[in-house]
Amino acid sequence: MLWNAFLLALREVRRNVMRSFLTILGIVIGVAAVITMVTLGNGATAKVTEQISSLGTNLLELRPGQGHRGPGGTRSTADMFEIDDVQAIEQEISGLAAVAPVASQSSQVIYGNKNWSTTVTGSSNAYLKVRNWTLDIGREFTEGELRSGKAVCILGNTVRKELFSGQDPLDDTIRLEKLSCKVIGVFKSKGQSSFGMDQDDFVLVPLRMLQRRIAGNTDVSAISISARDGISTEKIEQDIERLMRERRRILPGKDDDFHIRNMEELVSTLTGTTKVLTGLLGAVAAVSLLVGGIGIMNIMLVSVTERTREIGIRMAIGAMEREVLMQFLVEAVVLSSFGGLFGIALALSASFWFAGMLQVPFIFNPGIVVVAFLFSAAVGVIFGFFPAQKAARLDPIDALRYE
Amino acid sequence: MNPRVLDITTGLTAQPLIELKDVSKVYGQGHAAMKALRGVDLRIDEGEFVAVMGPSGSGKSTCMNILGCLDTPTNGSYLFKGVEVENLSRNQRALLRRHYLGFVFQGYNLLNRTSAIENVELPLIYRGMPAGERQARARKSLEAVGLKGWETHTPGELSGGQQQRVAIARAIVTEPAVLLADEPTGNLDSARSREIMELLRALNHKQGISIVMVTHELDMAAYATRIIRFMDGRIETDEQNGEAD
Repeated sequence: MLWNAFLLALREVRRNVMRSFLTILGIVIGVAAVITMVTLGNGATAKVTEQISSLGTNLLELRPGQGHRGPGGTRSTADMFEIDDVQAIEQEISGLAAVAPVASQSSQVIYGNKNWSTTVTGSSNAYLKVRNWTLDIGREFTEGELRSGKAVCILGNTVRKELFSGQDPLDDTIRLEKLSCKVIGVFKSKGQSSFGMDQDDFVLVPLRMLQRRIAGNTDVSAISISARDGISTEKIEQDIERLMRERRRILPGKDDDFHIRNMEELVSTLTGTTKVLTGLLGAVAAVSLLVGGIGIMNIMLVSVTERTREIGIRMAIGAMEREVLMQFLVEAVVLSSFGGLFGIALALSASFWFAGMLQVPFIFNPGIVVVAFLFSAAVGVIFGFFPAQKAARLDPIDALRYE
Repeated sequence: MNPRVLDITTGLTAQPLIELKDVSKVYGQGHAAMKALRGVDLRIDEGEFVAVMGPSGSGKSTCMNILGCLDTPTNGSYLFKGVEVENLSRNQRALLRRHYLGFVFQGYNLLNRTSAIENVELPLIYRGMPAGERQARARKSLEAVGLKGWETHTPGELSGGQQQRVAIARAIVTEPAVLLADEPTGNLDSARSREIMELLRALNHKQGISIVMVTHELDMAAYATRIIRFMDGRIETDEQNGEAD
């Protein structure tokens, strides 16, 4: 009986290919929009997560001054850290994988007749560990180089491209401002960060060299800390805060004059944002699915009126109310399911294409495809019911006489 | 659905096939009320070929609708094989039509853009017959009305006479107890009309299908074994037709 109704419905759809297509267009677009939005949203979330984890998810960053700027903030007046602070953290806080002091300054780098403006960062080998950098070629700093502040440097990939354009930079000498500096390595490229910054545009030198020969002070402008795997960054954050308050002699009740940035928080904030956006876009798309359903109801109502005579004939030869109801209901469901299928096909190709264009990963989510399909079928049931009921309640004599 | 509620075979008796007792039908209410039937008594036995005649508005179409269980009498009772039709639900009346009645309408009433054989199969679909058997029977039925080879043609590709024959094939494919025909030749020329009438007479003779047919034309009524004339909602004359053989 249901199978028969299904075959009848198929025939009805085939009989009016153009009208059927226009009827389901709303559903097609609705389903396609929902799936595309959710797929792209998931891709964007995945990309953000991936990019931030390339910084190191268990990364804490300690900076002087308060996190917020504006009135009341003590950022400008807060003291910089010293190398002693780094050592104190290393010694007194447990559960750390690496602690890297960071000082940086923007500077001109020159090689031959080429000239590039970049950031020179002074740190130790711990910097590589904390920030997830790996060497493409060359080596890390030696203990001696770090201790004495020798003029050696490791280039970010962008700097290498700008200055050496394909040449092997190892053991060549570049100039940082007026200082000659030997290239001992090049980092593997990380590409753009999720904030659109080129992460590869920097030169790493020993901290002591930057302090003495370029900056001319002993400031450490930030301390990057990575926790060991499985250790709660929250606990470490509290420990560091206590230690730093003590070292910087902040009286109880006074605000910190430093702040700790937690990458985990940043990840959850950012992915939270993209998830909310995904949900929002999906919801807007779902509205179009609903509008598509109303389109189906319209056409089905027209169809019932148009086929009043047919309904009369069916009733005269013995169709029961529920059989007529079933016929029109199944027809609506078949139509909307077709819409769903077309929509899924359209969505998958569209999101694949968009994912390539927006450079986010294409993440196939079978869940949303199934949900969208079931939703489109449900739209058929809901919006098909009223017209079907109208058809089933027709009086056979009136229906037969209808012109 | 409870099958017992729908079981209309209980209580069915062989004779009489159709019995109207003092049936009246009133359309509208108060001053606007129109009495289409004013106390009709009628008994039709199995195997009869009845022609119903009368001017327009004499109540013959209303009577046919009541006989076809498409409409119910305002007063009086209609017994189909001894079962009071008024006591049946809408669905039960649908089942009664499905299993015992065949309709041939003046306007053919075939499904457009649907092949002849699919039209003929339609009542069998509602009987839940498997596709193979259904097609075989529809084919046979079309052959019986002389439309072998026209199975895949749609009504638009058939002449009026052919369409009416498809309609007859659809009505007889279920082997109904009664074939109700409302001016089956109304839209046809005399040659086609005679073909249709010969066909009906053959069905009546060979298959024993009872036929009740409304017609305006004496020529057509002459094929019947009994002629009933309506006038102003009453049966005026009811006589056996000696000429029919």
